[in-house]
Amino acid sequence: MKRRRLLKAFTLSASIAAMGLSWTAQAAETIKVGILHSLSGTMAISETSLKDMALMTIDEINKAGGVNGKQLEPVVVDPASNWPLFAEKARQLLTQDKVAVVFGCWTSVSRKSVLPVFEELNGLLFYPVQYEGEEMSPNVFYTGAAPNQQAIPAVEYLMSEEGGSAKRFFLLGTDYVYPRTTNKILRAFLHSKGVQDKDIEEVYTPFGHSDYQTIVANIKKFSAGGKTAVVSTVNGDSNVPFYKELANQGLKATDVPVVAFSVGEEELRGIDTKPLVGNLAAWNYFESVDNPVNTKFVADWKAYAKAHNLPNANTAVTNDPMEATYVGIHMWAQAASKAKSFDVDKVREAMAGQTFAAPSGFTLTMDTTNHHLHKPVMIGEIQDDGQFNVVWQTKEPIRAQPWSPYIPGNDSKPDHPVKSN
Amino acid sequence: MVFFRLLLPFFTLLPLLAHASDAGEFTAADAAGQAKLLETWAAQPSDQRLPLLQALQDGRVGYDDSKHPYIETDGNMVAADADTPATGEVRKLRLNNRLRGLVINALAAQQMLSTDTAVRLAAAQQLQRSALPGQIPALEQQFQGEPASAVKAALALALANLQLTDPAPQVRLHAVRLLGETGDPSAQARLESVLAADAETDASVRTAAQTSLVQVKRKLMVGDLLGQAFSGLSLGSILLLAALGLAITFGLLGVINMAHGEMLMLGAYATYVVQVGFQRLAPEALAWYPLVALPVAFFVTAAIGMALERTIIRHLYGRPLETLLATWGISLMLIQAVRLIFGAQNVEVANPAWLSGGLQVLPNLVLPWNRVVIIGFALFVVVLTWLLLNKTRLGLNVRAVTQNRNMAACCGVPTGRIDMLAFGLGSGIAGLGGVALSQIGNVGPELGQSYIIDSFLVVVLGGVGQLAGSVSAAAGLGIANKILEPQIGAVLGKILILALIILFIQKRPQGLFALKGRVID
Amino acid sequence: MNQPLMVTAAHKAGTPLAIAIGVVVAVLLVSMALLSLLPESNPLQVSAYTLTLVGKILCYAIVALALDLVWGYAGMLSLGHGLFFALGGYAMGMYLMREASGDGLPAFMTFLSWSELPWYWYGTQHFAWALCLVVLAPGLLALVFGFFAFRSRIKGVYFSIMTQALTFAGMLLFFRNETGFGGNNGFTNFHSILGFSITSPGTRAVLFLLTVALLAASLYLGWRLARSKFGRVLTALRDAENRLMFCGYDPRGYKLFIWVLSAVLCGLAGALYVPQVGIINPSEMSPTNSIEAAVWVALGGRGSLVGPLLGAGVVNGMKSWFTVAFPEYWLFFLGALFIVVTLYLPKGVIGLLKKRGDA
Repeated sequence: MKRRRLLKAFTLSASIAAMGLSWTAQAAETIKVGILHSLSGTMAISETSLKDMALMTIDEINKAGGVNGKQLEPVVVDPASNWPLFAEKARQLLTQDKVAVVFGCWTSVSRKSVLPVFEELNGLLFYPVQYEGEEMSPNVFYTGAAPNQQAIPAVEYLMSEEGGSAKRFFLLGTDYVYPRTTNKILRAFLHSKGVQDKDIEEVYTPFGHSDYQTIVANIKKFSAGGKTAVVSTVNGDSNVPFYKELANQGLKATDVPVVAFSVGEEELRGIDTKPLVGNLAAWNYFESVDNPVNTKFVADWKAYAKAHNLPNANTAVTNDPMEATYVGIHMWAQAASKAKSFDVDKVREAMAGQTFAAPSGFTLTMDTTNHHLHKPVMIGEIQDDGQFNVVWQTKEPIRAQPWSPYIPGNDSKPDHPVKSN
Repeated sequence: MVFFRLLLPFFTLLPLLAHASDAGEFTAADAAGQAKLLETWAAQPSDQRLPLLQALQDGRVGYDDSKHPYIETDGNMVAADADTPATGEVRKLRLNNRLRGLVINALAAQQMLSTDTAVRLAAAQQLQRSALPGQIPALEQQFQGEPASAVKAALALALANLQLTDPAPQVRLHAVRLLGETGDPSAQARLESVLAADAETDASVRTAAQTSLVQVKRKLMVGDLLGQAFSGLSLGSILLLAALGLAITFGLLGVINMAHGEMLMLGAYATYVVQVGFQRLAPEALAWYPLVALPVAFFVTAAIGMALERTIIRHLYGRPLETLLATWGISLMLIQAVRLIFGAQNVEVANPAWLSGGLQVLPNLVLPWNRVVIIGFALFVVVLTWLLLNKTRLGLNVRAVTQNRNMAACCGVPTGRIDMLAFGLGSGIAGLGGVALSQIGNVGPELGQSYIIDSFLVVVLGGVGQLAGSVSAAAGLGIANKILEPQIGAVLGKILILALIILFIQKRPQGLFALKGRVID
Repeated sequence: MNQPLMVTAAHKAGTPLAIAIGVVVAVLLVSMALLSLLPESNPLQVSAYTLTLVGKILCYAIVALALDLVWGYAGMLSLGHGLFFALGGYAMGMYLMREASGDGLPAFMTFLSWSELPWYWYGTQHFAWALCLVVLAPGLLALVFGFFAFRSRIKGVYFSIMTQALTFAGMLLFFRNETGFGGNNGFTNFHSILGFSITSPGTRAVLFLLTVALLAASLYLGWRLARSKFGRVLTALRDAENRLMFCGYDPRGYKLFIWVLSAVLCGLAGALYVPQVGIINPSEMSPTNSIEAAVWVALGGRGSLVGPLLGAGVVNGMKSWFTVAFPEYWLFFLGALFIVVTLYLPKGVIGLLKKRGDA
């Protein structure tokens, strides 16, 4: 039994180490919550700030007295941008650390990787990033946007007179599931608006693509045939070379506007924004939104970044997934108080219809059935200071359609979550 | 005209007084009204609106609570209507893309009245793209009075674009013929729309349009082909800069330097640090930071390379596969170190003005300055390396050590020092490559990882130890990539290239330029 | 590296002590699987987390062993073994996806609105054919690649870089949605295997035992190979290929055989890995993963059979622990490990142990 004991000792030391990370190690009156974001590897660039945002929010809740009389105790693990490791760490959080809820994941593949684990062990995951939809699990609450809360309104805006009455659309993306699905939905949507296939061009590049010469030349050629807009689902790192090439080949936002779904304040930190001014992004929140909740949110975050010495703390920014994380954790805390329990089934029930006055300036509601937030859609124009100027927004939060009506076969899908097993 | 020129200084002194009402009207209107105003102004150009439009384009126009206009001058918001008191906070007027486009068009229309031929020419070229039918009368008038032939030609085209739907067939015929003489990509679409079914009824215009279309297409094809060749060369030059350092460390020393990518990355970060230094200490000379970054990056990466060689790699000569593992370890540590120091996010490295924008060669061919400069820089580095290896004592020693280490040592060549210097040289050149890469893409901790496989392929394909081989392999890969990409897409293109390289190596295991010899292990 | 390490290793492996240790470890692993079947309340119960974690590491250990056969014995460092591992995994994944989707198309295909299966999916609903694919896909690819590579006598660094390019190309290919393997999401959400629920403790235990069995079988195979004449020729190949050729041997066949065998072993490991971990996607083919596998082998000790297993266990165990305890310093540690091992432990941990044993 030596081996077994060794293993036990090993996992024990692992959880002790994990506990060491949480600075609010209060003895009995705590309840553990898991944070599952990559802190190393390729996704660290995006996910690290979500981990810090989650810690800040938990701090905030604890200072206000915790939930159900208990302080929250964050358990941070690093799945290292490795998808099988996500599943392993999720299992660890649920079975070894016995956390009440997990906040985490960024990429769709990481969510897909942990989903069977959450369904098997009846855990609860809050997923804070915009995604392609086509999923609705009873064990996940989706606080990011579904395609109809981001992509479709953005294209509608581009087609409007105000947005430049675009007639032709160049759909450019990195070759993976989110861009493919989004573009598929957009193509069906454009068809329904009378745009023909000859006026839609769909182009994909490999991950980490850095040479956009040919593509920008093609956009130029394409745009000669009529008022064109580019809809970009280009993934994080490839954006800089893409925008640089656009600017240097002389394509201006006034001629061919680019609307991006993955470029936010955090990404703009690493970009020289001068050549981008006037290009657009569609999100459910921008740091520049002017309301008291957001002012406090941004100030709190900046203070937190300074106090905890986060890298580049003096230029800390907030963005949409950070807001979604913040909203998700608060909503979970509210639901747990309402249920007077941390039991997954009871909290899930209490989540339905939960509301929260979000930094976006709207009171967001968790849908009573489909586990997605009702979210406002905003179109922002990039300014030279790395912020967005909101040029258009919906009057009210929009209900999510995770099963897009533009994908055939989805009309038969139920509008409530069903376990996939 | 003379009278007008005399008045000009007066107008520039008091522009706001003279045309305050325009600004007031504009800030008071809603988006649709503003668009209408801009269209009207474009159709009725007047010199006096120039300052307002210029301010609009620069985003210097503001308004207060009662929608009174303000224009920012020297950083202060100045009321445009002098007699109205400010009510409430003055906010900047934000335009959307549509209005911005209209502002540019209206501004160009006003600029047609300029006395400067260059300004008029630029304005006329802008109008070719953006002029609206309402501007035809004004354009015709300017066309008649235009003294400079270049501007006249540009105006004729701008007019032709609008006259395709003129009721008189004669005018349409003329317009269609004129369009055939341009190489502008939009002319193709315009002519195609003329030729679309039931668009044009006049037979002679139709035939003329067909001939013009063929002409335009031919011109466009020339631009496309040149563009493709250029992008292939540019990609090749980037691959070359990324691989050249490796050609030395791997090719000459036989060290499989998996940390080579990180040397590129460190070079790029050195550029970033130099840029930040300039921003803090000498903002007025900021434009020239890349030139200072070159030596800094070279010496920083060379020093790091030499330190690594002395401490680790020196112990592993002759065990190439072990160096692979050790240098991979080094690369992991360098990545994480940079991540801890600079953060996981990318850092911002901006193109200075002289590396921004591009050179318009043909209407459909723009050569971005950063790429042109990088091609030149790659050539410069290759020549420098060649000279260093073939015309200096250090180069002689390096070659001697490469060819026969023991013999070289017997002849008194300090092999250890030569190894260190050669490794430093390779790393330093990688650092130079990093400076170039920072001008076209991301600067982040993972920068090197994305170039390492490509770099190895270039060196292996070209033949290890062969400078000329690396140059031709890089250019070949770049051009092949750019020929394949439009046909089968970027993803399949890349896969196909990899497959082709694997096949090629089967055929010629020593690469393009094999060392000839009878050495056997 | 001129000592025929392998010969001594084979002798060592034959000693009663080594056999005894092997038996003890095997018994421990088997009892782990059995203990996992206990109810959760039992203090002796081994959790599913521990079982899958160890199962995953065992799969990696098989890869390390397979890599050691080609690198440690035949002297060809492959930086593309992740490709073979993933191909085996994908073959098994295809079966699991079909099993999960019943008569319909796998979920990701309906999602792409494909109306029928691509040709290479035919027959994958049968477990037997999927098993054949597990062997055939990596085996055939290795055969073709190896045939051409060894025919033109590509070796050393060139061989390493070519294999790296191969796995990189494979990764890009599988990333594409159009390729028909689920794009970057790969395959997840498996339900059952041969009708047994994939999450039930019984299935987990059986999969775990199969992994242990495969590992034991590969060890035995490696041991037999190492003791045979074939093994000696391989070692000679590694140490002086030209001299071997002058002695009248044609190295190509030997190389090709061990290369294909190694690829097939990897494929089998991948096939066992997928149902235990629950996901397969193209990132398994990333060049980084294959390099990491080389580190397991180097750390444990090339040219010995037990070394790579030790290496895989140590590195992955460390990884699981470090990424929880000090996520920011994991890469420093891993990097330092690479350097220290290559500089000071050219024969790996096993060499260290042996030295101590000899002294």
